[in-house]
Amino acid sequence: MNEREYGPRGGGPGEAFAGARLHIVTGKGGTGKTTAATALALALAADGGRVLLVEVEGRQGVASLLGSAPLPYEERVMLSASGGGSVSVLAADAEAALLEYLELFYGIRRAGQALTKLGAVDFATTIAPGLRDVLLTGKATEAVRRREGGRRSSGGPHRYDAVVMDAPPTGRIGRFLNVNSEMAGLAKVGPIHKHAERAMSVIRSERTRVHFVTLLEEMPAQETRDGIAEIEALGLRSGAVLVNMVRPTLLNEAELAAAAVGELDDVALADGLGAAGLDDPAGLSTALAGEVRAYALRHLLELRVRGELEDVGRPLVELPRVEGGMDRSALIGLAGRLNEQGVRG
Amino acid sequence: MTRGAQGFDPKRMDVDALLDDPGTRIVVCCGAGGVGKTTTAAALALRAAERGRRTVVITVDPARRLAQSMGLAELDNTPRPVPLPRPVTAGHGGRDTQDDEDAQGAPEPQGSLHAMMLDMKRTFDEVVREHADPERARQILTNPFYKTLSTSFSGTQEYMAMEKLGQLRQSDEWDLIIVDTPPSRSALDFLDAPKRLGRFLDGKLIRFLSPAGSGAFRLLGAGMNMVGSVVGKIVGAQFLNDLRSFVSAFDTVFGGFQERAERTYRLLRAPGTAFVVVAVPDTDSMREASFFVKRLAEDTMPLAGLVVNRTHPLSSGPGADLGAERAETAADSLADAHPLAVAALRLHAERVRERERELWLCERMSSTHPEVRMTEVAAHAEDVHDLTGLREIGSALGGEER
Repeated sequence: MNEREYGPRGGGPGEAFAGARLHIVTGKGGTGKTTAATALALALAADGGRVLLVEVEGRQGVASLLGSAPLPYEERVMLSASGGGSVSVLAADAEAALLEYLELFYGIRRAGQALTKLGAVDFATTIAPGLRDVLLTGKATEAVRRREGGRRSSGGPHRYDAVVMDAPPTGRIGRFLNVNSEMAGLAKVGPIHKHAERAMSVIRSERTRVHFVTLLEEMPAQETRDGIAEIEALGLRSGAVLVNMVRPTLLNEAELAAAAVGELDDVALADGLGAAGLDDPAGLSTALAGEVRAYALRHLLELRVRGELEDVGRPLVELPRVEGGMDRSALIGLAGRLNEQGVRG
Repeated sequence: MTRGAQGFDPKRMDVDALLDDPGTRIVVCCGAGGVGKTTTAAALALRAAERGRRTVVITVDPARRLAQSMGLAELDNTPRPVPLPRPVTAGHGGRDTQDDEDAQGAPEPQGSLHAMMLDMKRTFDEVVREHADPERARQILTNPFYKTLSTSFSGTQEYMAMEKLGQLRQSDEWDLIIVDTPPSRSALDFLDAPKRLGRFLDGKLIRFLSPAGSGAFRLLGAGMNMVGSVVGKIVGAQFLNDLRSFVSAFDTVFGGFQERAERTYRLLRAPGTAFVVVAVPDTDSMREASFFVKRLAEDTMPLAGLVVNRTHPLSSGPGADLGAERAETAADSLADAHPLAVAALRLHAERVRERERELWLCERMSSTHPEVRMTEVAAHAEDVHDLTGLREIGSALGGEER
């Protein structure tokens, strides 16, 4: 009943999200993937949407972000959005996914447990090439396909309006998403082959987008450009570039340019500091001018990085830097910013 | 910029003492992804080389920029010499004044720097070729299972990094090896992955699957057959066959992967190995670092210290004495007048708060792990582009004023 179609929209960030049901969020380590993915899930859940956020790295990043205890392998409503919208969170784990898979398709949980004892954990997580990744992507894509009324129902509304995956970092994303086809090539027949193919068909679908989280710094931006090229070479669809932790602009263009070359008007600065009743305005002005210069240099570099990112041709969506700690209300604020930029098309 | 010593000095990590000690043979840089491990490893290696050590750095990061900053077009699986400028200050520039040993007269030892990037497939191939006769090696190298194992597994990179480390250590061409660890799911993965891979390759399941499966398992009878048929059901018969032939070929070649993994693990615990944990001053990264410190202690692996990367120290002087709140009140009092001063004051307040958070995180680390020594490297707007940039980071690591 909550099924909504996100109509396509020409240009703008909406285009990067329009119609997508699976949003895969990647980015260089340290760019705030988990925060961005959670904010995106919340944004998509606004106005009564039902969204599932799937974590696949086994780090309990969402739990730590929300300040909750470690999450079990279970879809659990963790955040609510306006209009009765909700975000469920699933901390996916390969072993649990394997047991569930066995039970679901064979009704053989007991054999699964025997497998665990034998080292199936190792089997699933380490050795069977990509089996771990197949199980994780398989779990996420199953949630994308799932409809109300159970497995047999084919025409009912989708259980989730959208699924957001907090995916592995850019360094491993291509391997992670493509491992399904690697697996399908390796296990040429059999149920796991089918499972992998089914997952892959969702990942390759035109309703799946891979979004990249970056900072306005050289290396994350470089990885974003490389990652987009890699994803597109695999025949997958890139979505938006989520520029995270954007700082406010405190100076106008002329001031930035002057400050960057060390020609800030320090008489005016000292006057202002004096007017504010601060001691030693001249000395303080020299100290603050140094800080302003560092800020200006950084800001100009950020502008250059932003220009390079714009050249990639994917829409940029911004998330402001949050001062202090990240908590639910900060996440709601971030989700609001995403919606202002049209992520729901 | 000064080094904003508050909070760091009492427990400063002595990077130079670590690098200068001839007993230090291996330095492992670890930490979560995105904290600047690779750059830290390269900067440590350069500093060590310029202080007279014959150094090699193994990176796992394919960033071409890093190679270029060392004057190399790209890095590959063989250690390549990094052209170093003639050491004008011949190491003295890097010496602490207290460090007066060999300050007089003795000819400076000639250091050198080599760099390589781990190619896990090639390293794995080398290991196979080294241990198998040509026919066996061919069988293994062409098995589809091996191909995926050597390129796609999350544990392989860690395993091969350790394998390469072992090779370099054995060759004795270098007296200091600096290792950058793979960007793992979590920083701890790199300690566990080799063992996990070893445990698996030697594990019960693989013995069970292998056609030469030991008698003990056959005796287990029916239960095992059920499991076997389940495995067959899940992965398909073709897969099982490839796996079986792979395992049997592999088994005869390697004898014990587990043993190999354990040997590497012992190497990491041997005297002469030191761990440097790298973190950035945010909650998640410091928590990860804290886990790592704890884990190293549990495994009795020697921690040399924690590098807190990309910090934002304040310059000493009138700026440092102006608190965040006072700066904000002052900015508010100016309202729309003096926009430049308002912007500068707000910026200052933000910087002071950021610094307070950083120091608080470091203090929390100190109170949880009082034994941990730390050093910080201030954030730079631009990435490292050349040896000068790397050298500057090395100076910061060594605690020199810049």
